[in-house]
Amino acid sequence: MKNKSLVSITDFTRDEYLRILELAAEFEKNPRQNILSGYVIATLFFEPSTRTRLSFESAVSGLGGKIIGFSESASTSASKGETLYDTIKMVSNYSDLIVMRHPLEGSARLASEVASVPVVNAGDGANQHPTQTLLDLYSIQKTQKTLDNLKIFMVGDLKYGRTVHSLLMAMSQFNTTFFFISPEELKMPDGYKMHLDQKGLEYYETNDFSEYVREADIIYMTRVQQERFTDPIEYERVKNAYVLRRNMLEGTKENMKVLHPLPRVNEIHTDVDTSPQAYYFEQALNGVFTRQAIITSILGIK
Amino acid sequence: MKDKQLVVSAIKNGTVIDHVPATALFNVVTILKLDKLETMVTFGNNLGSKKLGKKGIIKLSEVFFKDDDINKIALVAPSAKLNIIRNYEVVEKKVVEVPDEIIGIVKCVNPKCITNNQPVTTRFSVVSKKEIKLRCHYCEKITNSENIEII
Repeated sequence: MKNKSLVSITDFTRDEYLRILELAAEFEKNPRQNILSGYVIATLFFEPSTRTRLSFESAVSGLGGKIIGFSESASTSASKGETLYDTIKMVSNYSDLIVMRHPLEGSARLASEVASVPVVNAGDGANQHPTQTLLDLYSIQKTQKTLDNLKIFMVGDLKYGRTVHSLLMAMSQFNTTFFFISPEELKMPDGYKMHLDQKGLEYYETNDFSEYVREADIIYMTRVQQERFTDPIEYERVKNAYVLRRNMLEGTKENMKVLHPLPRVNEIHTDVDTSPQAYYFEQALNGVFTRQAIITSILGIK
Repeated sequence: MKDKQLVVSAIKNGTVIDHVPATALFNVVTILKLDKLETMVTFGNNLGSKKLGKKGIIKLSEVFFKDDDINKIALVAPSAKLNIIRNYEVVEKKVVEVPDEIIGIVKCVNPKCITNNQPVTTRFSVVSKKEIKLRCHYCEKITNSENIEII
């Protein structure tokens, strides 16, 4: 993986995912090492993202690396009209690896082609956010002890949610059975279902999850946003149907975990937080180890 | 009596692009940059055609295309047929074939794509040739035949 940019989850092979997860487990045991000393990592956040940026910066700092960059584009030459091409050319001269978030889709692919150093995509609009997917895989593997033959429930906004799309693409390499639970307006797009058909994987679509929830190994929650609905009355009608409450977890498997990419608004009731099946905050911590694994393997240190 | 017929019928050497759908003629002109040519060019449009209903035809004197260049028009005129003319004779007939990759020419359908917001040449891989589907190399969104817009 040395010098290979990570732009899209499909850029890495199944074996490469597994190698990253193995490394992430090593970093979890020993997250403070001085192996990035002398390296400069640029974190270019053209739009704000607290969690992702802090997670990357914590990952690099824990390994002794230096960080340069910005957390919003207002203070950069992009606000003066500089093109992304020029900004990336310049930052390539100052750093060993670029971590970038940008509101325009495809910006990370462009950056990876322009930069003389590898680029890690930390989110390009609604397109891709592969480090989130890898940390999701790590969380699934860690809690289930395997990635193979699992039953994954995806709940909420399955139409626009890039995290569920990337997770589906990645997990489709591990013989997963999927359950899609969403309002009619926010169903999983056909393109992804066609992909599962081609792979010969089973999936079920429903708008009520109580019927099947006992089978779940993972419940992956996402936020149903009001602005996605053309009809506000429809939103009011369905919004509570996709809120997870503790009593809905009764009778579920012991190994079952609830995941969420965060930020949560109200789609997981706070009474779930104290359940041993709630895993979303640990999931965020796993992001640090996973990002340490991604950065060090791309830099050729691990 | 004066002969009022225009002298457009035959070219000595060059290319005739026939069976262009009438609605696609001007896109073909744009894609092949025919407006920049200095040699003799003749167009006809909305001509009767059994196959297409209405068709366009373009006659280009002293112009010969490379396959890679002419295949670009398959995006808008998959039915187009080429006649290569040498010394008033048709020496070769060709059909066009959709290429595997399209660079430039087409605009990405996604308004939030980097190519629609910054000076970046568009690039697509052709995921379906029968019913044209182009996947943007950058934003990964699909542009299909009904929303193909020629730049």
